[in-house]
Amino acid sequence: MNLLSILARRLPQLVAVLAGITIVTFLLLRLAPGDPARLLAGDRANAETIAAIRQQYGLDLPLWRQFLVYVGNLVTGDIGRSLRFQQPVADIILRFMWPTLFLAGYVVCLAVPPTIVLAIVGARRPGGLADQVIRTFGMVGLAIPVFWLGIMMSRLFGVTLGWFPVSGYGVGFVGHLHHLFLPALSTAIWMVPVLTQSLRAALIDRAGADFVTAARAQGASEREIFWKTILPNSVLPTLNLLGVMVAFLVGGTIIVETVYAVPGLGSLMVAALLGRDYYVVQGLTLVFALATVLVTLLVDLLTGLIDPRVRT
Amino acid sequence: MSNQGLTVSDTPLSRARITPSMVVAIAILCAWLAVAIAAPLLAPYDPDAVDIMNMLAPPGADHWFGTDQVGRDVFSRVLFAARVDLFLCVIGVLPPLVIGTTVGLASGYFGGLVDTLFMRVYDLFVAFPFFVLVLAIVGVLGPGLVNFVIALALVGWVSYARLVRAEVLTIRESEYVQAAQCLGYRPGVIVLRHVLPNAIGPVIAYAVSDAVLVMLAGASFGFLGMGAQPPTAEWGVMIADGQAFVQQAWWICLFPGLAAVSLGLGFAFLGDGLGQMQRRQVTP
Repeated sequence: MNLLSILARRLPQLVAVLAGITIVTFLLLRLAPGDPARLLAGDRANAETIAAIRQQYGLDLPLWRQFLVYVGNLVTGDIGRSLRFQQPVADIILRFMWPTLFLAGYVVCLAVPPTIVLAIVGARRPGGLADQVIRTFGMVGLAIPVFWLGIMMSRLFGVTLGWFPVSGYGVGFVGHLHHLFLPALSTAIWMVPVLTQSLRAALIDRAGADFVTAARAQGASEREIFWKTILPNSVLPTLNLLGVMVAFLVGGTIIVETVYAVPGLGSLMVAALLGRDYYVVQGLTLVFALATVLVTLLVDLLTGLIDPRVRT
Repeated sequence: MSNQGLTVSDTPLSRARITPSMVVAIAILCAWLAVAIAAPLLAPYDPDAVDIMNMLAPPGADHWFGTDQVGRDVFSRVLFAARVDLFLCVIGVLPPLVIGTTVGLASGYFGGLVDTLFMRVYDLFVAFPFFVLVLAIVGVLGPGLVNFVIALALVGWVSYARLVRAEVLTIRESEYVQAAQCLGYRPGVIVLRHVLPNAIGPVIAYAVSDAVLVMLAGASFGFLGMGAQPPTAEWGVMIADGQAFVQQAWWICLFPGLAAVSLGLGFAFLGDGLGQMQRRQVTP
């Protein structure tokens, strides 16, 4: 009902973005200097192999025909074939997807609670001592290269102390939790400052709203105002955090998976880039972009469900 | 315009307050700049000199930060790497800044088709996680610092343009711009002489904060093998080199990382201070 109307309103923009993503990922491979067929075939390929590849991938067609073929393939769920694995890219992505999803969920679980606590503490007295300490530590967190933090933590907690495994994905749910703890923690440490700043700003913004002044005028205590008026109104900004998180999560997991040798989409991406497996790169870029769009859309829909003002 | 309240333009520019953290930040940045310039004088060893008699030597009097797996002096390499990483921060930020400001000015001041087009492009770019898009472009163009900077320029200008556009939309309505319009100045003159100087402050603050991300991205790309190529002394490359030996020789990884953190903190604190100065000017 109302949800549908939000969806309907977002639809034109959504279609435009999806079309744009299709065009960008298509053009991505055309950015490559030189003949794409030669790149796909590799350095040692002879003329016949290159010609065969050109025909196999439809590279001898004019650009607009190639684009139509690409769109047609996308609609049927075909996003190309990996040169290295000799398998459809979609199958490979499905296989490598689970560790990344698990890691992403893990990071969200580790990052959101401290973010909420720190943002609340900081926003209660903006500019106060606690706020400044949190801000300073946040800046340190932001400036740390996440791959370096990962290596240093694996050395300390994995090698010296021996508490956690330093690579792989483990077996079973508990095994995953144990193996992915350090990767998730490294990413979370890097993300919490960004998220805290964003949520803190939202909380302070709410604290200056008219309904807070109204509550104060009615004689509510500051404590009551904070917990009963400001905080409930900050649920939506917290939800919006999820939208902010996706882009950071994707970037963070790519690096962290490489450091800890987690067999996920990030490791797949880096391996494909270094191995010049262009269709896998293209497919992953597409999947990451679609995931971002999807999460943003979900956040919008949830906001509409919760906030009566957006719904009308 | 029946705007009775204070607008940005009505506010007297409050005297810019330099906070202590900004002083520290500027000191850090100046120190790194000095190190980058004077690296050949400061470094006790040739950063690329292999010494197989002294492989994986721990930090000590001869080698303050120890040596790496082929006996190169880590201290000298950290110093020389500052040249690459600092240069990267500047060269990585400037092209997006210039392109983004130009597009933002045009889009915000003239509106119309340019603006609509820009907003569509913006929606599109936001759909891609920044890191993935840069990584994919570098991957297709080929690994290396030049392609990294090109990819940054291709992707990074969008957020600058968005920021400038928002500033310009406010400034366009201000009285001094309207006065200039009434006096019959040409749009180009108004944009360059009146709008740009008033819009550039937040952009500079953003660019300094952005330098942190550029530095981290540059080091990450070096680490992944997509940025600076070995044997170039670059912090990310050094950390990647040391990763295989981290169990015996933690110092190869530790010191380049600390260097990156300190440079990043310099930019982060300076950017934060500049940002707060902007905010103070808008809401006194």
